[in-house]
Amino acid sequence: MNAPSLLLDGLPVPFSDGQTIMEAATVAGIFIPHLCHHPEFKPQGSCKLCTVKANGRYVSACTMPAKDGMEVENNSPDLNDKRRTLLQMLFVEGNHFCPSCEKSGNCLLQALAYELEMLTPHFTQFYPDRPVDASHPEVLLDFNRCILCELCVRASRDVDRKNVFALSGRGIGKHLIVNAESGRLADTGFSLADKAAHVCPVGVILEKRQGFLQPIGCRRYDLQPIGMQVGRPPATGSSEQGS
Amino acid sequence: MDRDPRWLPEMVVTDECFDATGVAELLQPIVDRHRREPERLLQILLEAQGVLGYLPRTALTAIADAVELPRARVEGVAGFYSFLHLQPVGRYRILFSDNVTDRMLGSVELMDRLCNRLWIERGKVSEDGLVSVDTTSCTGMCDQGPALLVNGQPLTRISAERIDRISELARAQVPMTDWPREWFVVADNVRRRDVLLASGWSAGDAMRAAVARGRERLLDEMKRSNLRGRGGAGFTTHTKWESARRAPCRDPQGSRYVVCNADEGEPGTFKDRVLLASHADLVFDGMSVAAFAIGAEKGLLYLRGEYAWLLPALNGNLMRRRQNGLLGVAVCGQSDWKFDIDIHLGAGAYVCGEETALLESLEGRRGVPRIRPPYPAQQGYRDQPTVVNNVETLCKAALIALRGGAWFAGLGSKQSTGTKLLSIAGDVESPGVYEYPFGVSINQVLNDCGAGNAQAVQVGGPSGNCLATHEFTRRIAFEDVPTAGAFTVFGAHRDMFEVARNFAHFFAHESCGFCTPCRVGTTLVANCMDKIANGNGSQYDISEIFRIHRLLHAASHCGLGQTACNPLFDTLNKFRPAYERRLRSLDFAPAFDLDQALSVARQMTGRDDPAAHFSRAAGFQRADP
Repeated sequence: MNAPSLLLDGLPVPFSDGQTIMEAATVAGIFIPHLCHHPEFKPQGSCKLCTVKANGRYVSACTMPAKDGMEVENNSPDLNDKRRTLLQMLFVEGNHFCPSCEKSGNCLLQALAYELEMLTPHFTQFYPDRPVDASHPEVLLDFNRCILCELCVRASRDVDRKNVFALSGRGIGKHLIVNAESGRLADTGFSLADKAAHVCPVGVILEKRQGFLQPIGCRRYDLQPIGMQVGRPPATGSSEQGS
Repeated sequence: MDRDPRWLPEMVVTDECFDATGVAELLQPIVDRHRREPERLLQILLEAQGVLGYLPRTALTAIADAVELPRARVEGVAGFYSFLHLQPVGRYRILFSDNVTDRMLGSVELMDRLCNRLWIERGKVSEDGLVSVDTTSCTGMCDQGPALLVNGQPLTRISAERIDRISELARAQVPMTDWPREWFVVADNVRRRDVLLASGWSAGDAMRAAVARGRERLLDEMKRSNLRGRGGAGFTTHTKWESARRAPCRDPQGSRYVVCNADEGEPGTFKDRVLLASHADLVFDGMSVAAFAIGAEKGLLYLRGEYAWLLPALNGNLMRRRQNGLLGVAVCGQSDWKFDIDIHLGAGAYVCGEETALLESLEGRRGVPRIRPPYPAQQGYRDQPTVVNNVETLCKAALIALRGGAWFAGLGSKQSTGTKLLSIAGDVESPGVYEYPFGVSINQVLNDCGAGNAQAVQVGGPSGNCLATHEFTRRIAFEDVPTAGAFTVFGAHRDMFEVARNFAHFFAHESCGFCTPCRVGTTLVANCMDKIANGNGSQYDISEIFRIHRLLHAASHCGLGQTACNPLFDTLNKFRPAYERRLRSLDFAPAFDLDQALSVARQMTGRDDPAAHFSRAAGFQRADP
């Protein structure tokens, strides 16, 4: 009996039962751009960067179960154009100033922008007012860079069992909150040892006093484009920078 | 749902007024009545706000403790719904319905008038904490607008005289119970009755008919009827019921569920309001018939927050049904039939009309649509097999139980059987609810409702289709012009650009924010429309709208995002001159206007002399040295 497989940009990709398109592609070493997906967590399909065309329909690769014989379009001008627009939306929605960001070089958003050749933010910047939270002794929260991927929410809830993070607001007003009446991270049970401290794909959750230990230019995505790092565990927050 | 203004002392309320122990004591009866169930969180928050006026920080902590949820999750839910407030609101909270039909009837000018008379700014609370004025999405009174809600109570047919009286009554702190009763009258305005609206069945007739047929034959009749969902998607009801009935219960203790989607949020539609107000027995009969068919023991009716005023009557009806053996144990005298119905209130979130977002809301969470599959028929409420049907669909199901599938299939067209309720409003002589067999032409509807000079009809609300005169020969049917019920008519004198701009802002306001394209895209589109409205638009902005439309259509998580640009797409294709006459140039113009940016500085310094202005020509000279 043949193992089931799908066709990804014309290449046969085998998969096992229950795998998503994203999981099958990752095993096969094929890169599908993504932000909110992380192999260790339940997929949620909100960033939509991994939008592919499966049998002619646009779907999220991270949530769509692979099916035998499915024809999936991934690396095409149409899809990459849509992904670029999504990146531009994320860039103007928050306050992202890569040259002054200590996550530069280890940031998934920045790496994807390079990968997909996003040259400008294109849309008018929203410049939202998002105060930082420096209350915690070990960790700084810079909400300006939040892309609402919910990885910290999922890590704190499902791994740390602490529920330190959650989302509030709606629509363009949606925002990350912490589990304290004061609204301050210092008043939650958060600690640097938490999984949630190390899953932020962008520069929101930052370990203090580590910022530039690893010089810009020598960081993960400075060395090799993200599209060539399929299968390596994703950037792991602040701990990545010291390594 | 809201407190009477007399209940609290006259003082400006802030978070500091609510100490933790006092609040916890105040809220204890509420959380206890809801058995401290996390799934009742939204109901608890609504009632807590009813007592406290808004939801101060300490209240969220107390509620989180009581239902044993993380505080951040409670705050996340409270922050999601428009009708829940984390900041103080006025003791009289006045919300103008902001549908385009209200605007056409002068709601914008009326709101300005009220704000001026009360000396307040829109969206802000008066300094004495007495009153706040703002807009809200369509309140379902399009046939008797302009409409507003005062502390959740609907006021219809607002006029300038009424606005003046409202401002006086609010300022004099007259309790709303002493306001003129005729202001609160909500008319049914049924203009054309067909098999549903003309039916005179009594409570329980459909249930007894279903029992007499037996479950198998009932499902056969449903299949024969080819009834399709009236909520807009048009999914075959029988298929939904059959798969929910066959799907295994994941929890062996669990039951199947019937959910009635009464979150009638599509701007321009109000026919479910009429069904709930005047045909509630048919709705509940329909739910019971569905429960009988799939073997559900529990029914839930999700009532949109804007219709909270219907709650007492609906609950009274449920009590009567329990007394008459139509709910509870041994329903209809059948010893093995156990079924009861609960009503959950929404709190101002259009997205909850999407069935999986509705289920999330029913479970006390943020109303974010789920990933599908699995579909509710397999894993719905509490992950159990669940049938989610629209109010009108359930009424039709009751009729099919009574009169059979063949009778129903004989009405309407082959692919669209039966009748459809239309909520007709806008530039017509007789706005109201019209029931037609499917297949009726737009022209005939326009004739019947007295639309003399229509240039366009928005069918199915903002997420539906905008039809121009050359399309008026088309027919209301799933195979031609599908609709959830809204039918909004625009006369020749209306500006279709402003119609589309209203819809663009509606979607930006109602996006749940889960997925990137809808969260950011709906706001980008609304900004684009504002730029054009301000006279700074160009062809470039029109291309941008098309580009975002394509992205939202392809990549959005749910139907809200996928259809959010439809009204713009339609009006751009059919009413292009309405856009183009506003464009500053056909190439590109920046949104930023230097002189306009100085207006705040002018206001602050009290200057308006020529030297305080930055003329356009001068601006370019200075900007490019």
